[in-house]
Formats: sequence, structure tokens, C-alpha cells
Amino acid sequence: MTEQASGAHHPQPRARNAGGPQPTATVEHVTGAQSLIRALEEVGADTVFGIPGGAILPAYDPMMDSSKVRHILVRHEQGAGHAATGYAQATGKVGVCMATSGPGATNLVTPIADAHMDSVPLVAITGQVASKAIGTDAFQEADICGITMPITKHNFLVTDPAEIPKTIAEAFHIASTGRPGPVLVDIAKDALQAQTTFSWPPHTDLPGYRPVTKPHAKQIREAARLIAESKRPVLYVGGGVLKAGATAELKVLAELTGAPVTTTLMALGAFPDSHPQHVGMPGMHGSVTAVTALQKADLLITLGARFDDRVTGKLDSFAPYAKVVHADIDPAEIGKNRAADVPIVGDAREVIADLIVAVQAEHDAGHKGDYSAWWKDLNRWRETYPLGYDLPDDGSLSPQQVIERIGRLAPADTIYAAGVGQHQMWAAHFIKYEQPATWLNSGGAGTMGYAVPAAMGAKAGQPDRTVWAIDGDGCFQMTNQELVTCALNNIPIKVAIINNGALGMVRQWQTLFYNQRYSNTVLHSGPEADGKQPSAGTRIPDFVKLSEAMGCVALRCEDPADLDKVIEEANAINDRPVVIDFIVHEDAQVWPMVAAGTSNDEVMAARGVRPDFGDNEDD
Amino acid sequence: MSKHTLSVLVENTPGILARIAALFSRRGFNIDSLAVGVTEHPDISRITIVVSVESLPLEQVTKQLNKLVNVLKIVELEPGSAIQRELVLVKVRADNETRSQIVEIVQLFRAKTVDVSPEAVTIEATGSSEKLEAMLKMLEPFGIKELVQSGTIAIGRGARSITDRSLRALDRSA
Repeated sequence: MTEQASGAHHPQPRARNAGGPQPTATVEHVTGAQSLIRALEEVGADTVFGIPGGAILPAYDPMMDSSKVRHILVRHEQGAGHAATGYAQATGKVGVCMATSGPGATNLVTPIADAHMDSVPLVAITGQVASKAIGTDAFQEADICGITMPITKHNFLVTDPAEIPKTIAEAFHIASTGRPGPVLVDIAKDALQAQTTFSWPPHTDLPGYRPVTKPHAKQIREAARLIAESKRPVLYVGGGVLKAGATAELKVLAELTGAPVTTTLMALGAFPDSHPQHVGMPGMHGSVTAVTALQKADLLITLGARFDDRVTGKLDSFAPYAKVVHADIDPAEIGKNRAADVPIVGDAREVIADLIVAVQAEHDAGHKGDYSAWWKDLNRWRETYPLGYDLPDDGSLSPQQVIERIGRLAPADTIYAAGVGQHQMWAAHFIKYEQPATWLNSGGAGTMGYAVPAAMGAKAGQPDRTVWAIDGDGCFQMTNQELVTCALNNIPIKVAIINNGALGMVRQWQTLFYNQRYSNTVLHSGPEADGKQPSAGTRIPDFVKLSEAMGCVALRCEDPADLDKVIEEANAINDRPVVIDFIVHEDAQVWPMVAAGTSNDEVMAARGVRPDFGDNEDD
Repeated sequence: MSKHTLSVLVENTPGILARIAALFSRRGFNIDSLAVGVTEHPDISRITIVVSVESLPLEQVTKQLNKLVNVLKIVELEPGSAIQRELVLVKVRADNETRSQIVEIVQLFRAKTVDVSPEAVTIEATGSSEKLEAMLKMLEPFGIKELVQSGTIAIGRGARSITDRSLRALDRSA
């Protein structure tokens, strides 16, 4: 079948081939390993994060000679995976990571799962034991295709060297088109060693993969009609808008309709935070205005979002008065959690572009929604319940203030990568995101340890931009060894450790829901150990010494008076990675909050403060 | 809980059954029966899945299946417009006294006796699951020593074929 001629048109990897390499007319006689590297060069993979080992070793020999593919030797495969994810999110290209068989491959499982949850285009290439040894429990054998089946968009096991170029082309195509996601290519060692031929482009063959990008015109018209009819619409914007590169279109649509916009944790930067129509982030730690807007809305215009439980809270009571327009490139997301009145399958950019035309047509016909009463409510909530925080009474550093100042003092196009926990939510709240691809985080999977390697990947892909990792002292202890990689490979990222001496988000839940019983969330050595106040931050390890040992410039800040000076000192260093250990108050909490499993109607603006929406008759 | 019969055309690649089985277990879909075999096109296999759907709409099952790269096409076969068959082989205890009664039941259900020994007869029967259930109920009093059942396979009535368009897609890409 593969030998027959084909007249069929096959879409090539979208972002990769624009102005990309020309087809090679000649057939090259190469090893499987050379074929792999040639294929990576042809798809435009300029950066690969990885670690060699036995089964993948043949690939590393031709890698050494490639002038087009830069390989960055990481210190742990998990770092390679998150770096590839950070690279992909910062550049819009496919991220590539590489590992050997067995434990090398299984160390990629967490970042692959992470990329799957956040729909990040990623290609993971793993070595596999020789094809004859597969299934014999050979040394460093793991069934990585079986292991990653539920956490990849697709995966391949290659045992025939002739299949390598075609498989790489298909992997990049699948990873980058439709709803992006991770694809794993597992290649047996003997296939890498064998002689084969290489020609480009290969013939790809994916009859079962046909993502729909063009939205249905009738549904678009129906959506525009609902927008014109509605009184209380909300544009509920998810990460799909960023993935589709649709932020310019979104701004036009938002301003054309005049509807409020809420951007999810995955969509920060898709719509300027400073825009007057932006009402904040929705969800468990969303702004009171955004959460309430969704609860009171009569229409949700959902673009590239998936009604995640962190956004909806208790699903039965989410947005109870709203009709739902749901546009997503993945048909399976539509109706999965919330029934859609107007389902639209398509690429967010095409959907929004078509919506603009349809809404304009409604306006031209004299149907324009009047949202003035709605904005009166929204503005009242916005003024009454802005995001904010109290400074600690004891004069110690407030974590929110640290993060806010980093955001103010960094250049406008700075990329931020956050870990997972309180610092992540504060970074979402108190840094202003004005443009796409400036906010990287682990939204769906909630992977602690994401920040440092993701920042490394982002900086490798965008070397001219400032990259700040906003990390916690818990997260930092999971993946900080990649600072060695940064130091040795001229990847000068900046890391802010928001060091409260605790697993802060878990501690917050223990404060609120477990009677202040802080079981296993204390990371510092304890108040009695050093005689200081309870919050002295994690001192073992000493993050300054640790970071210096890894080749970084390391600073510590404990006094609000030094805050700006220390941040500016870090901003001025561009030849080495910088780490700042910010010792912050341990009792700071993330607010607003909707307690897990409760209705978004129960959003609390601060501890014990339920917003007054004028619906409590007793008040 | 309602039952639906899905015919799933897939590329005949290694691991496709594992992908489908893993998807059903991961998403919490219930498989009542499963039958796999190659079609008239050697590169395409056909998987017939009978799925029980409770609160979760059937739509989610088919949409998630469609996301598998090796899945070419999914068709729900409605009982009214499709022929559904299962195969059973059943070994029933039989002696000189009961053998003729058993053979009579076999004839009633248009089944076949495929093996006879002094203590047992082995019966082969095909039909809808309702018919086979009825037959097994009749045989039960004699003593069922061993029972093996296939998954349901199904095909639509009439001249149209669900493989036509998928085959064309595959030919074009070949």
C-alpha cells in the first residue's frame, strides 16, 4: 500500500512548513539514526531537550553533526519534557524532547501528561530496546507506548527504519494541528542502527485524522443572533484562542459586541488585562466580577474553553441562566460537561473571524445588544471587589507584593512561567498580561516543578526576551537542577522563589478546611529551631548557596524596603541565571475562592466575606 | 441504561484494540460485548461494540472514539435497520433419556448439534441475543457444562455499505 503512487493532498504540519525547507529530490543512503536527525531538520525542529542512554544512543551520534538541531542536555528527563512544553508555549512551535528507553522514557510521563492536559504541541522521541528484545523484559525496557496511550494524542512504535521520516512527519502534523497535543515516537534501537534511505517529504498516511477547522455557517449566524438578543453576555475565553493565534480577532469581536471578557488560567494574555472590557479570570480563584458575571449571564460565548471543574465549580449550578455558545476545535469537548445550545466545531481563529462578520451583519440589520444595565452591574462588582491583598502586620514581605513588583519592573514582553500553588494564582492575579504567550503554567495537570524547566525552554526559544519563573519553595525543590542546564548552556532565566516555608496552597486548605492541622505541609525547619517567628521561609536547603552552587547569581530578599532594588538587580543580569529567594509571610492566602465542590454562587471575596450582590433578602 | 451497537472501522494496526479498550476504561464507558475481525479490505478491521450508556450520552463515546487517530468511521446500527448476531457453543449434559429432548430444543431454535458423546451434546447456535438467551434457558435444566459466547456482530440492512466511503478514503491515501 505504501508503495503506490498518490494523488491525494495531505496537509503538512501547519506552523512548520511556512517558508520552510524545500523538498529534497534525492534519496540519501543513511542509517535510521541519520534519517531521524534529517527528518527533525526537515520539520524545522531547531531545539531538542534530552538525555542520551543506551537505546537512543545511535541517534546522538548524527545529532552531534547537525548544524540545524540544537540539543540541550538537561539533568532530568522531566526537565526535558517541561522545557519542550515551555518552548512550545512561548514560540507556538512544536516542542521536542528526547530520552532513552525504560526509566528515561518513564521520566517523561509527567511532562507528557501535563502537555496533554494543556493541549501543548509536543513530540517526545524515545529509544526502545532492539525489536527482537521487545517483550522479553530486556534491560531498560518499558512499554512506553502502552504507558503513554491515555496521555498522548497519539503514539508510534517504529521498528522499521524506512518508517522513520514518515512517522516523524506524521507526529509533528498530529501534534501541531487540530487540538494540539503530545505525540510520542518510540524507536527500536536496531531501527536506528540499520541502513535505510531518506527522502523528503515522505508520504504521510493518516486517513483517520481529519480535524475540522472551518465552522458551520448556520451555527455562526445563530450565535450572532443570540449575541444580539442577549442582555448579559460574557465572552468566556480559553487557551484555544491562544493556540489558534486568534487574539487580534478576539479583540475585534469583543469591541464589536461590547461584551465583557473573562480569560481562563490557560488564556491569560489572550485579551489585554488592561482592557476596560476585561473582567478578570473565572473559576476557583477567579475575580469576583468574572465569577459572578458567569453566574448571572444570560449567554456564554465560549471560545476554546472546556468548562473545566476549576472554572465551573459545582457544575449543576454553574451559569444557571445562560444559554451556551460553545466553539472548540475538539468536538468531544462540546457537550462533555455543559450542554451547548449552539455547538460550533472549528478553529478559534476561523470561528471568531466568522463571528465578527455575522455580528456585524446583525448590527447592520439594526440588531445590536444593549448591555448598558449589565455593565452597570459589572462595574459595581469590579469597584466593590477588586483583587487585592493586605500587607502583613509584622512588616515581613507579602508574596503578592513581591509578584506584583516583579510584574511592574520587568520589560513589557517578559514571559512568566509559574509553578503550581499559591504563587501561581498570585502570579495570575497580580501580573498584568497584555499579549499572548507571556504566561506559561501547568493549568490542567497542576504539575509542581513546572516553572524552572518551562522557563528554560521558553528562554531557549525566545532568547531575546526576559523570562521570569515565579516558583514556590516546594516546587523549586522538585526541578531546580535544570538551573545547571541553564548555567551551562547560556540560558539566563530569572527565578523568584516565593519562599513561605510551606506547601502554601495545601496549607491554605488545611487552614480553611482541616482546623489548622498542618499535616506535612511544613518545609521550613520550625520556629523552635531558629528562634524566629513562625515564618522564616525554607532555609534548608539554603536556596542562595544551592543556586550559587549551580552556577547562578543568587540573591535573597527579606525586607519590603529592599524589594525593588533586588528585583532590578536581577533584571540587570543577562549573562547568567539569577535566583532570588524571597522570604515571605506564610499565612498569606489566595482570595477570592470558591471552595472545592461548592457552587460559584458561594464565591468568597476574602475569608468570611461573601460579596453582596443584592440577592440576600435579609441584608 | 440503554444499549447501543456501534460498528467501528479502524486501521488494521497493532495496538488499536488496546487503544479502544483503554479509552473505554479510562472514560468509564461500559462495554457489553466486543467483536473484532478483518473486513473485505485487509487494511481495515471492524470492531462491533455493544455499549451500555447510563447518564453519559452516547455522543461522548463516539466523539472520544473518533479522536483516536486509527479510527476511520463509527456507525451506530439501530436494531430496526440492522441484523445482529451472536454465536454460542454450549456443552449440555445428556444421557439416553434426555438426549432426544435436547435435540428437539435444538431444532426448535434452528441450532445445530456439533458434537455428541455418551454424557453430553455440544450445540452451536447463532441469533440475536434474545433468541440465544431463550434457548439457553430451555437447556439449563439439563445441566450446562460449558458455555462460550461470541460478541455481537451486526450489519445494516439494504444495499448500502458503511465501508464504501472509508475504503475510498484509504485507497486515495494509499
